Amino acid sequence: MWLGILVGALACYSLKLAGLSVPKSVLEDRRVQKIAALLPVALLAALTMTQTFSQKTHLSFDSRAVGLAVAVLAVLRRMSFLTVVVAAAVSAALFRLVI
Amino acid sequence: MTRAETVGVPGSDTQTPHIEPQARRTVLRDGISIGVATGTYGLSFGALAAAAGLSLAQTSALSLLMFTGASQFAFVGVIAAGGAPLAGAMSAALLGSRNALYGLHLSRLLRLRGVRRFGTAQFVIDESAAMSLDRGAEALSRLGFWSAGIGVFVCWNIATAVGALGAQLISDPSTYGLDVVAPAAFVALIAPRLKDLETWRAAFLGAAVALAFVPFVPAGVTVLMSACVVTIVAVRSSRTSAAGEA
Repeated sequence: MWLGILVGALACYSLKLAGLSVPKSVLEDRRVQKIAALLPVALLAALTMTQTFSQKTHLSFDSRAVGLAVAVLAVLRRMSFLTVVVAAAVSAALFRLVI
Repeated sequence: MTRAETVGVPGSDTQTPHIEPQARRTVLRDGISIGVATGTYGLSFGALAAAAGLSLAQTSALSLLMFTGASQFAFVGVIAAGGAPLAGAMSAALLGSRNALYGLHLSRLLRLRGVRRFGTAQFVIDESAAMSLDRGAEALSRLGFWSAGIGVFVCWNIATAVGALGAQLISDPSTYGLDVVAPAAFVALIAPRLKDLETWRAAFLGAAVALAFVPFVPAGVTVLMSACVVTIVAVRSSRTSAAGEA
């Protein structure tokens, strides 16, 4: 676990440092700009899906889906970050109690 | 607080006489309030990390050393889903790629030389980059960067520890719905970025590829598959749009 933490932290730090250090032409490159804009969105979407609809290496559909649906509704209603997270957690927990 | 911030503003002493104290106060107040606001993310991150089985030291190390919210959520999310720590590190690094782009504007603004760059780099995050934009004067922009960077760093780390300690008291995280904290956080993080069709497409493609690979590869690796596919699509589409303009 510590290895993963240190490798991840070092990689993230290196990216920040690289941004301040590499020549501007690299950062202004169209491909670099596009990747840096689209990659985070795609990854976050991928993480959202796998962490809601999978269990290890199986697809699954359970009360986490209810939590996610509530989170989406809360985001659409422009709730604050904490409200979104708490509403999702509480609704998933309540749904588990009921079923 | 004020002292730490004045110490942390390199080169501002030569420029500050021209800046009104009122404007400086506004920028400082903005920096501190964004720090307090991100503290709420920190609470949820700490709770999530503890629920995923990380110790207090490991959770705090992530906030101190990695210090970039979405990457930390991704790392812990992969661990919580049963993925390998190194797969988590890869996801975190890929999400951290956007921090490199902030350098385009910040290296010009902060005019960093030599060793100073190494210390400053850690404070390059979404919030500090955003707070350094459109301040009217360069000195104010630098102050915006440092007040948000330091404000978020302090609040984020305190909140992480509090969240982790709080969640350690809970024996089964799913009873309280803590297992949906990460996906809910991700939805909140994606929403402001979904501004055009291309971003929506990237989000859908990422989501679809990740789900499609779930039965075939270890947990945590599916999101890396999404990253590969979206990178290829991004490179190809930038090539075609470049050709279209030429």
